[in-house]
Amino acid sequence: MNTKTSINAKEFIAKRIAMECKDGNLGNLGAGLPGLVAQFIPKDLNIWLHSENGIIGVGPKPGEESVDIYCVDSSNKFCTILPGGSTFESSFSFGIARGGHLDFTVLGALQVDEEGNLANWGIPGGKIIGMGGAMDLVSGAKRVIVATEHCAKDGSPKIKKKCDYPLTGEKVVDLIVTELAVIEVSENGLVLKEMAPWTIVEEIVNKTEANLVIPEKIRITEVL
Amino acid sequence: MKKIKSLIEAVREIKDGDILHIGGFYNVGTPDLIIDEIITQGRKDLTVVTCEAGTSGKGIAKLVESGCVRKLIISWGGNLTCLTSMVENGQLEIEFNPQGTLVERIRAAGFGLGGVLTPVGLGTIIEEKRWGERVRLNGRDWLYHTPLKADVTLSEAYMADEFGNIVFRRTQNNFNQVMCTASNLVIAYVVKPIMKIGSLDPDIINVPGNFVDILVQGGAT
Repeated sequence: MNTKTSINAKEFIAKRIAMECKDGNLGNLGAGLPGLVAQFIPKDLNIWLHSENGIIGVGPKPGEESVDIYCVDSSNKFCTILPGGSTFESSFSFGIARGGHLDFTVLGALQVDEEGNLANWGIPGGKIIGMGGAMDLVSGAKRVIVATEHCAKDGSPKIKKKCDYPLTGEKVVDLIVTELAVIEVSENGLVLKEMAPWTIVEEIVNKTEANLVIPEKIRITEVL
Repeated sequence: MKKIKSLIEAVREIKDGDILHIGGFYNVGTPDLIIDEIITQGRKDLTVVTCEAGTSGKGIAKLVESGCVRKLIISWGGNLTCLTSMVENGQLEIEFNPQGTLVERIRAAGFGLGGVLTPVGLGTIIEEKRWGERVRLNGRDWLYHTPLKADVTLSEAYMADEFGNIVFRRTQNNFNQVMCTASNLVIAYVVKPIMKIGSLDPDIINVPGNFVDILVQGGAT
């Protein structure tokens, strides 16, 4: 895909992940690309979004006149709280994450590998950042969904045989969604479940360092 | 029982070398004016325990940039670019904890627990750097973390009464409530005018006044 369509790539990923939401789910969306998922969640579904600084029921951005300076989401953006939503302190909030109460969490990736290991918070020798709440989220959520472009900006594969960046969690990822493929992490390795309409299996294999299990039938991803 | 003090008086209670719990997430719930006064009074060698290091020019970030801090215990510092060079120059030490582990360590200190056993961070830098120690218990591996107590907690509250009962607004609570239980002295900066005792409905109070030692009235210096 060329640069012109790269925004569409992110939208495609977000739309496909939105299809994973089930009615009544409680989920957490990371900053950046994962955050885009919120706008594509089907309107007929009742989905509760968790923000790790202490919200269930994160709503859309407020209008300028209705900003509450004490209400920010986990990406430091002013947010609203939907009717029925709630606020709480951080110990409770991370109890929700660690305790298995989140149906899903969507995070970005620097690298993800054949065993479902995820690296998404720092690169060796890079600037000091820290893991924030990402380790807690991947440890406890029922499903960990990775939202990432298939390759890094320099074209190198992000889906590796083995992560060599600092890990966020060991064997935590369930599903990887890119602009080319939907890949499931299984006991037999990474299974190519779906491919985008604009690609072929060879392209996906070429752009993936990890071994892929290629079933006979691969669905073509459809998004609304 | 007179808990209301001036900003200057309150900050005089903080000593060089103290361990501070400071509330806040992206500066929401961080008592900025208390921090400014710490910088004015020139405290040094502080250890600061806080959720994240903040953004240059205000709050916790400003305290770090002013050279008042020797060690940070945080979960994230991605918005404060000076951290990398300060650590390389030996001006600052940083310990990272996963955000949920950090708040539990503080809770453990406040509520008399021997530490935290968590699966979070197994096989990661947390174990490599020995920030948490792998132990095997009940047939599975955990990371053990010690409780984290402070000398002084600095908190921002939305409402309070003269006894020190505190109410937070929206996401202002974050680490504040737990931090108020886990230090020798709790200082709370109160945004709204401090109320008479009995004005707050007991059901909405986040931190009982028994935990709060000093109140600083917002807007007053």
